[in-house]
Amino acid sequence: MEELLKVNNVSMVFGGLRAVSNFSMEINKGELIGLIGPNGAGKTTAFNMLTGVYEPTEGTITFEGNLVNGKKPYQVTAMGMARTFQNIRLFSELSVIDNVKIAYNMHVQYSLPEAIWRFGRYFNEEEEITNKAMSLLKIFKLDGKADEQAKNLPYGEQRRLEIARAMATQPKLLLLDEPAAGMNPQETHELMEMIRWIRDEFKLSILLIEHDMSLVMNVCERIYVLEYGFCIANGVPEEIKNNKRVIEAYLGEEVS
Amino acid sequence: MNNIRKQDIMSLLGCFVLFAVMQLLIMFEIIGPFWELNIVLIGINIILSVSLNLINGYTGQFSIGHAGFLAVGAYTGAIITVKLGLPFELALIVGTLCAGLLGFLIGLPTLRLNGDYLAIATLGLGEIIRICILNIEYVGGASGLMGIPRETNFAWVFWVGIFVIFFIKNFINSAPGRSCLAIRENEIAAETMGIDTTKYKVMAFTIGAAFAGTAGVLFSHYFYIAHPASFTFMRSFDILTMVVLGGLGSMSGAITGAVLLTGISAFLAEYPEWRMVIYSITLIVLMLYRPQGLFGNKELSLKMFKLGGDNSGRTAEGK
Repeated sequence: MEELLKVNNVSMVFGGLRAVSNFSMEINKGELIGLIGPNGAGKTTAFNMLTGVYEPTEGTITFEGNLVNGKKPYQVTAMGMARTFQNIRLFSELSVIDNVKIAYNMHVQYSLPEAIWRFGRYFNEEEEITNKAMSLLKIFKLDGKADEQAKNLPYGEQRRLEIARAMATQPKLLLLDEPAAGMNPQETHELMEMIRWIRDEFKLSILLIEHDMSLVMNVCERIYVLEYGFCIANGVPEEIKNNKRVIEAYLGEEVS
Repeated sequence: MNNIRKQDIMSLLGCFVLFAVMQLLIMFEIIGPFWELNIVLIGINIILSVSLNLINGYTGQFSIGHAGFLAVGAYTGAIITVKLGLPFELALIVGTLCAGLLGFLIGLPTLRLNGDYLAIATLGLGEIIRICILNIEYVGGASGLMGIPRETNFAWVFWVGIFVIFFIKNFINSAPGRSCLAIRENEIAAETMGIDTTKYKVMAFTIGAAFAGTAGVLFSHYFYIAHPASFTFMRSFDILTMVVLGGLGSMSGAITGAVLLTGISAFLAEYPEWRMVIYSITLIVLMLYRPQGLFGNKELSLKMFKLGGDNSGRTAEGK
């Protein structure tokens, strides 16, 4: 299998706090990976390092052989990584379709004068963007609400829109930060199906942070477990389920 | 997409009609010199509020140093015509470019700040520009630069205003414009969607500053003089008030705000002692009952008048 992302001994230090220590991870093309851990284990910090929000204090991150360290978030997105947020960050005053169109802006070819004087590539490209955004919304069953303001969508649909928006940047690796947070079991189940379907349909890799164990165990092919910034285990769901340290981390030590 | 082009042509035709009517009224002196002056002032204020709306309303960067760029335009324009004896058209272009360049240079460092900090920084910068001008003997220092020919007339202000409005409207309805809107809505998410936020913030700031410069050239070439006292931070607040009153992020709002506030000032010119009182009360009442401004961030459109036809948050013409 081809390697997509390689995280090599990465640490993140905030003053005296080591939020993540010597974390290593590989993601191959087409894999569905989970990153779990108790609250405050450093999962989101790890995410933020991958996406360029933080620059790791030690270690290197490479994506398709290119160094991610020191890149700005928008450059990382251009490399082919897109993410969603734990607390939804939509462009809430804008319409659903504009939310998606903005994610296509990166690929727009026409120049500023062409936009302002409206000649050349402007009309064709605008139409293309609108069509692409519309078909993406259709995939995520949001096309009926294209003109609604994003903030007026129900919670589950806002989550879906956020994933749709991330998909519009045409990523090779999709990072989902607690996509099932605040969802009921029915919605979580639908989300699980959707995540798997996205991976197969768009042929990309997915890294997922999640608290919902059933979701992670059912959907992920490999799992990394963080505790206090250290990676205490990694492997297939079966191994993780029976790993003594993981059980301790989640349920506490057994009294002997 | 042809709809959009048709819409543009229709609104241009509308502008022609409006222009013809106004021009005739002025020619036959149905509109007297007092109102002619105020109409020109309204036009200049529209340019200012629309360009500030691009920075404050659409991009969400709270700038209150707009009078500084107005001053730069006014003075560079005046230098071109008075000191160098070159034509007014050139003054317009150079004034615009100089203000834009300054906006670019100032934008680069200050747009790293946000919210209140950016407001304070731009306020300071506006004052720095004014104090600098005040101390340059070449442009007349504290007594101002006098003897500027009156080149601006209604036609100039009208067409330059239309140009600026169309420029900014088309900008907002394009990919770079949408990037600016995304920055206003959520800067972190915008950056994650692959938008170079600094680039677009500086772009909006530069365009806004440049058009403030255009307004400055028109201003100084109508009132014969460029004087530092016309460009204090009170002037910046005037422009800001127009934008906020009309509704941040609404083109129709910015225009209405400029017309309304300049109009109120003009109407009250006969009662100087009541002028500021009524002006202030209008603002207080409006802010109490419509804190989001007259238009919110919506645009004026026929849809607004249809029953339940709420003009959604989509950029004005995305069909």
